[in-house]
Amino acid sequence: MSSYNGIVPSQISSLPWRIIFLLIALASFGATILYSAADGNMMPWAAPHLVRFLIMLAAAIVMSRFPLDFWKAMTFPIYGGVLLMLIGVEIVGSLGGGSQRWLDLGFMRIQPSELMKPAAVLAIAWFYDRLPPSRSGDLISLLPPALLLAMPAALVLLQPDLGTTLAIIFGGVVVMFLAGLPLKWFTLSGAAVAALIPVAYFFALEPYQQRRVTTFLSPEDDPLGAGYHVNQSAIAIGSGGFSGKGFLNGTQSHLDYLPEGHTDFVFATMAEEWGLIGGLATIFGFYLLLRWGMRVSMNSASRYGKLVAAGLCCTIFFYIAINLMMVMGLAPVVGIPLPFLSHGGSSMMTIMICIGIIMAIERQPKSSRGKFA
Amino acid sequence: MAIEPMIGRKKKKASIPMSAAKQEFSFTRRAMFVGGVQAVFGLGIGARMTYIAIAEKEKYTLLSESNRVNLTLIPPRRGWFIDRNGKPIATNRTDFRVDIIPDRLVDKEKTVATLTQLLSLDDDEVTRINKELEQSSGFQPVQIASGLDYEDFALISVRLPDLPGVSPRQGFSRFYPSGAAVGHLVGYVGPVSAEEYQKNRDPLLITPGFKIGKDNLERKFENVLQGKPGAKRVEVTARGKIVRELESREDTPGKPVKLTIDIDLHNYAARRLGLQSGSVVVMDCLTGDILTMASMPSFDPNSFSQGIGVSEYAWLREDRTVPLLNKSLQGLYPPGSTLKPLAGLAIMEQGIPAEETVFCNGGYTLGNRRFNCLGRHGNINLADAIKRSCNTYFYTMGRRIGYDKIAPVARTLGLGQEFDLPFTSQYYGTVPDSEWLKRKHNREWSSADSLNAVIGQGYVLASPFQLAVMAARLASGRQLLPNIVAGKSKKTPDLPYPKEFLDVAREGMFRVVNVGGGTATRGQLPLDDVKMAGKTGTSQVTAIRRDGRRSSEWKYRDHGLFVCYAPHDNPRYAAAVVIQHGGGSGAAYPIARDVLTFIYDKEKAMETLNALESSWGGTIEQRMARDLARYRANKAAEENAANGAASDSDEAGSNGETGSNEAENET
Repeated sequence: MSSYNGIVPSQISSLPWRIIFLLIALASFGATILYSAADGNMMPWAAPHLVRFLIMLAAAIVMSRFPLDFWKAMTFPIYGGVLLMLIGVEIVGSLGGGSQRWLDLGFMRIQPSELMKPAAVLAIAWFYDRLPPSRSGDLISLLPPALLLAMPAALVLLQPDLGTTLAIIFGGVVVMFLAGLPLKWFTLSGAAVAALIPVAYFFALEPYQQRRVTTFLSPEDDPLGAGYHVNQSAIAIGSGGFSGKGFLNGTQSHLDYLPEGHTDFVFATMAEEWGLIGGLATIFGFYLLLRWGMRVSMNSASRYGKLVAAGLCCTIFFYIAINLMMVMGLAPVVGIPLPFLSHGGSSMMTIMICIGIIMAIERQPKSSRGKFA
Repeated sequence: MAIEPMIGRKKKKASIPMSAAKQEFSFTRRAMFVGGVQAVFGLGIGARMTYIAIAEKEKYTLLSESNRVNLTLIPPRRGWFIDRNGKPIATNRTDFRVDIIPDRLVDKEKTVATLTQLLSLDDDEVTRINKELEQSSGFQPVQIASGLDYEDFALISVRLPDLPGVSPRQGFSRFYPSGAAVGHLVGYVGPVSAEEYQKNRDPLLITPGFKIGKDNLERKFENVLQGKPGAKRVEVTARGKIVRELESREDTPGKPVKLTIDIDLHNYAARRLGLQSGSVVVMDCLTGDILTMASMPSFDPNSFSQGIGVSEYAWLREDRTVPLLNKSLQGLYPPGSTLKPLAGLAIMEQGIPAEETVFCNGGYTLGNRRFNCLGRHGNINLADAIKRSCNTYFYTMGRRIGYDKIAPVARTLGLGQEFDLPFTSQYYGTVPDSEWLKRKHNREWSSADSLNAVIGQGYVLASPFQLAVMAARLASGRQLLPNIVAGKSKKTPDLPYPKEFLDVAREGMFRVVNVGGGTATRGQLPLDDVKMAGKTGTSQVTAIRRDGRRSSEWKYRDHGLFVCYAPHDNPRYAAAVVIQHGGGSGAAYPIARDVLTFIYDKEKAMETLNALESSWGGTIEQRMARDLARYRANKAAEENAANGAASDSDEAGSNGETGSNEAENET
């Protein structure tokens, strides 16, 4: 990492190239699948996908150059700003006479709920960074973070966007867990949530969401209706077999049997053409990414850095996990895209923000590897 | 620290304040736990995918293929009906049809409107098309029109770029070259009904363009004629768009069925019936082969097979000559004097010599009732009684032996019998006897019943087909069984009557035609070497005793009948002709004469027919087309004007009048 080493400037050579190559590989594979999904065309998905990725990769690298203290200082302005935007979405939506998730700023459209995923993680980590260790286990260690989480979660649930709500809560809860709150709280609240699920199913879910749940439990009952997505996805993956039908040869995707083959079900599109090999390779790529994120977390010297890196890493994990489970019929269809493979700007922005901040934490000069054996 | 609270309580972790170092340690453990959960999850998802892609690959590959590949059946070409000489009776002709693939329609209303105009579809059709389009889904085609000629097909084809979703196709449709002449013989084909599909859910049945036999031979030989469908495998998108054709298998056409029919003779007979309503049946006396079984007027099976129009069907249904009834097998008529040779057999069977005479003074008195004869025949024996159709002889002898002795002979000769034939329906008719009357009408048989029955009136009813069988059995002396499939004739035993008896009956029938004073001397064949023998019959529609008041209205007129065979000395062909309300046997025997002439001398017979047809106003097709047009015009007029009903009945009356002019009246 020496600045005197060769002709490459230190700013360049000091970049975390291994992770950048991994990201480029994943995004390029995504573009390849999107190219096939468009019947062998760069448009309308593959080219924008690549361009968006490159811009956001650059943005992530820029973010990584800011010191961690900057992010710490910016935590609440960011959280507060995103929360205001969520409220703004609600107001604009109710004025416009319909629910919406977008905030149109004129030059671009922002989905504040996406930004809230990293923002909530930052805010909760910030809180536990400040909380004296001795107070961990008191109610004071629980209530403020719970509030920080409940406000955006409630606003996003109103939109209604169950998938994003769960993603926000998941990231926050992981930070709370890692912050050292008593285990009992988690087991108890876990049991409570399990008990509340049936109640929530009947009273909190929209009919279309209820249908997704029942379909998830028995997709074969409704092969042409709500179960169609899941069945066609399983057909695409299963018929791909070990090595797939070959690039551009997928029938499920090209003949439009697989719905959302370029967004939520992009993994099925991929698996049909690349088979089990392609699927395991993709999962391995995600494994490398998450392993990197968790290592950054464990290697970080600051408590804030540790909690933020792990929380953001788990936010990415949440995307991957829910999407893959959905695609393989292990979770209801909730509309969560697969990072780097699915076409779509908002999720990629969220993921790249997470990665930019994790890279910033990795850049922390104070390495305290020696402290943990 | 208080001691007391400590008693019985263990120290809890939570009670010790968390230190920064402890927190770091806790973090590491928990972070490893979180990482572990992620890793386990990754392994789980990998295992799940492996299971789907390896263990269930076969199942999902099959499902993927059934998604991708759409199997279209190609209806098999139907087996032909050919006549005994291999000439076609029912074939398939190239057919152009136009379908709409609902999924590919852009503007439904506009497309249907354009097609309606191009093909000049009527309102019935447009209603049907709109209804079917509404109910259809995906890429199952909806038929717009079938049986189009090449002109219409080309008209649509050149406009295809402006008509997305319209699919002109070439297929096959059933074709009956003889048209209406064979309507009752072979039946017709049609699309499968909902009930038929309920019974057998073969996808072929609902393939557009596929038709099954609906009546008579077409229906009975369905299994032979149907054949095996071809198939076309195409790759389709989820929305039903065809991407490419994968492979196709040719259909296996159905097997032909060779009939005993001589189609030229059959057509001749049908045409020769002309304006009359009636039936001609010709049988081979050696084998029982049915050579001709014509029933006219009839329907055009080509129209039925293409889906008959509402108005054409109404026209057929409302016609008083019942064109929808197969008169050969289902028309039942009092056979009249055609039963006299048969009665003669029964009389001789009872030991009465053929030479014994009866004095005919122009009638027979039973109690205070007079039964009339056709004339005063004086002393008359059996053969001459047949020749001159003397009722008095048969009244006398019939009463002497009783009808219960005659009925078994009638049955032996085929009356009242049903035959093992591949037709959907045959009517037995009635051969009455005392036992039957008791059962049916709870009444004792009287002498008057015998008198009526012996001359083929009263309760006696027979179909033209049964009369032909009777003639063939009399002529051959064998219990011939009628047969319609070539090469399937059965060996049959002789009739249980002595040859001398049969010879007397045949001699009487010979004299009917060939000896002066016979009732059908003008029925002689215009041939030098072939002589015909026969028996006339005129059967009253109204009861004979109310003879005095006879109406000239068509439906009260007598039926004309004639049974015959030729050559008289070595019988080969037997025939029966029945003319419904023909006015008398004079309407029937000239037809029999010409039909039998056709067998021996086609040119001579055609000359006669051509002359007749020009006086009738053309061939069957031409006359039917004209009648239908007139019917439609009348209907339209009726609908337009409230007082249009009168013109329709005038029309019907004139039809019957023309028929009577043709009859050569006997006395």
